[in-house]
Amino acid sequence: MNMNGGQALMKALENEGVDILFGLPGGAILPVYDPLIDSSIRHVLVRHEQGAGHMAEGYAHATGRPGVAMVTSGPAATNIVTPLCDAYMDSIPMVVVTGQVPYAAIGTDAFQECDTTGITMSVTKHNYLVTEAADIPQVIHDAFYIATTGRPGPVLVDIPKDIVDPNNPRSAMEWYTPDSHDLPGYLPNQAGDAELIRQAAKLICEAERPVLYTGGGILKSRGAEALLELAEMTGIHVVTTLMNRGGFPDDHPLCLGMPGMHGNYTAVTAMQEADLLIALGARFDDRVTGKVGEFAPLAKIIHVDIDSAELGKVRRPDVAIQGDCRVVIEELVKALKEMGGSEAQPDRNQWRSRISGWQERFPLTYEQSKGDELLKPQYVLEQLRDSTPSDTIVASGVGQHQMWTSQYWKFNHPYTWVNSGGLGTMGFAIPAAIGAKAGRPDRMVWAVDGDGCFQMTAQELVTAATEGFPIKVALINNAYLGMVRQWQEMFYEERYSEVYLTRDVPDYKMWAEALGCVGLRVESPEEVGPAIAQANEIDDQPVVVEFRCEAEENVFPMVPAGMSNSDVVVDPSQRDQPR
Amino acid sequence: MSAADGGGTTTLVVRVENKAGVLARVAGLFARRGFNIESLAVAPTDDERFSRLTIVVGVDAAPMEQVVKQLDKLVNVVDIRELNPSASVERELMMVTVRANPDIRGQILDLVRIFQATVLNVGYDEIMVSLTGSPSRVDDFEDLLRPYGIVDVQRTGKVALPKLVKAAPDPLAP
Ligand SMILES: Cc1ncc(C[n+]2csc(CCOP(=O)(O)OP(=O)(O)O)c2C)c(N)n1
Ligand SMILES: [Mg+2]
Repeated sequence: MNMNGGQALMKALENEGVDILFGLPGGAILPVYDPLIDSSIRHVLVRHEQGAGHMAEGYAHATGRPGVAMVTSGPAATNIVTPLCDAYMDSIPMVVVTGQVPYAAIGTDAFQECDTTGITMSVTKHNYLVTEAADIPQVIHDAFYIATTGRPGPVLVDIPKDIVDPNNPRSAMEWYTPDSHDLPGYLPNQAGDAELIRQAAKLICEAERPVLYTGGGILKSRGAEALLELAEMTGIHVVTTLMNRGGFPDDHPLCLGMPGMHGNYTAVTAMQEADLLIALGARFDDRVTGKVGEFAPLAKIIHVDIDSAELGKVRRPDVAIQGDCRVVIEELVKALKEMGGSEAQPDRNQWRSRISGWQERFPLTYEQSKGDELLKPQYVLEQLRDSTPSDTIVASGVGQHQMWTSQYWKFNHPYTWVNSGGLGTMGFAIPAAIGAKAGRPDRMVWAVDGDGCFQMTAQELVTAATEGFPIKVALINNAYLGMVRQWQEMFYEERYSEVYLTRDVPDYKMWAEALGCVGLRVESPEEVGPAIAQANEIDDQPVVVEFRCEAEENVFPMVPAGMSNSDVVVDPSQRDQPR
Repeated sequence: MSAADGGGTTTLVVRVENKAGVLARVAGLFARRGFNIESLAVAPTDDERFSRLTIVVGVDAAPMEQVVKQLDKLVNVVDIRELNPSASVERELMMVTVRANPDIRGQILDLVRIFQATVLNVGYDEIMVSLTGSPSRVDDFEDLLRPYGIVDVQRTGKVALPKLVKAAPDPLAP
């Protein structure tokens, strides 16, 4: 079939099962926006290209399918660099199509030209500059394959205007449906080595104080069920990193919650005291390990990861297994069953009672607000958690509010937590929530956002309002870049430098209304519940609820950067407790 | 870290897809860590889909381990061999123009003979010669020519292949 490159691009995207595209047109990508009109793919017109990228990420987080964004050249391509880097750090499958100046003009400083593939080389899993219209079907097919297999990640496809412009003879091509990939350097491997899996099983059967240290790889591999089986069969406790909240149910008796800098005391301490860490799809991030040399000093390490470059990167494992988390866990369960299943596990009663002792002495805690004090953000999050369906999808920004959300929410279902972990991108919440809602219109979607973050990407609420994505935003207005304020309070002798945002400017309620949303403002504890109930009722418009919160509240526990996890600082009210 | 402050050097032979931009991807992985590439040779292979890069980095094998793994992750990188100098045969080509007034030309030709180098071109007071050999032999030759006055020198950077097995297979082995 004869067609032009632009038509081929749309057809190739349709063939990959793309149902929604987040984007914004411009000169170089214009020819592709014409066949878009006749395509089955829905396009969501964003208000800033960063929004398109985070929406694609949110969609991928919530559905497991690759998110797709399409933007023009130059400034649009640079606007989407942050989401690419974000997706790269958090292994989010995403395909971004960028327009480029005509092939012959590349390198001439043409209008809106930038070296998109050069700029994005180190923040994508792979990228392409397509030079011939005839390459489009194959490149798109390969791009989706690379984005979604192995360790997932973003792939960028840069398309010069002439090969998609029907008025240019260089766009003429004959359609073909690619049926294979010619990628001799890319052969992702799923299965783990059987002998190593047996060794791992043996270590597990010998361990007296084992902990399952589970990361984003559990969710990426759709391995939550396998993990549940492994944990229940062995009776081993589970910590879920920021990237694996929801990958193991928080209300499960074996769940210790989040480890790391702002993790639960028990999760942090159990890892420190463990004699075996079974790291599954986790990468020993510095926010988890604290001072690496003093991290889990007594523990042997089993490390399972699809990406062999993670094995031994931070901590040398005793058993390193390259493979897909779900596949390896399933094999591990089989190997453990052959060794006697739960019968073969040693008596760990003493370890269990140490864990429950920590849980009793060091639960998450905060002091309720008194008199005419403003709201405690933790209280707001508890109320929100308790008045929304348990499968609500929660997206968050970056800062204190993110840590409180991860701490106080009860994640009992996989794919209900959408956040920016590795890059820590302020402004992620609103566009990511829109993407999640686009992927899961059946679910209630709340974004928990900080006042600082909100001001970075609030314009996408216009997208939500006009394109019909009734997300809800819980805006934690603490008048500060709170996380930075906390560091200045604790580590810079309360010398506050450029962290005060002001309490009343902007007027968030009015701003929300101007953006096409319902705007609510809550100042006292009694108003919290009713406002959430009111927001939950609204299903035809986005809602922003501004919660006016205490400015001085800090996130605890906290392991100060560079310190050992053994020096975790607990809430002031718990500081006299014996450790 | 560089070879000068105590580290060794590592030689990598990297087979890559013969496509635009691949060299930049490979070089970028070294650059972002501040690892300097000491020499680099790129050439097509017998299979036209691939090229071979021989990269010498002034970094020990240990810090290189992570880079090698990440190099391997590049979609266009097909395979990587790390070559230990003692277990490989290394060659480099040097072309050099040396000042050579007619009265001292004979001394230079002596060196050319001793090293089995080749005279490529002769001028009134200069001579151009080439030498192929192990990098250290090429270093020696260059050092010996230096006092005469090197006008111009070009070295290709080394290429290498693993040494071959010496022992014949045991005829009784199954
Ligand atoms: C794009 C970006 N810029 C700067 C930072 C550094 N940073 C981390 S948290 C934070 C404060 C966030 O403020 P706010 O959104 O109000 O959240 P809060 O901590 O007050 O809950 C800042 C500035 C960042 N993570 N991302
Ligand atoms: Mg704030």
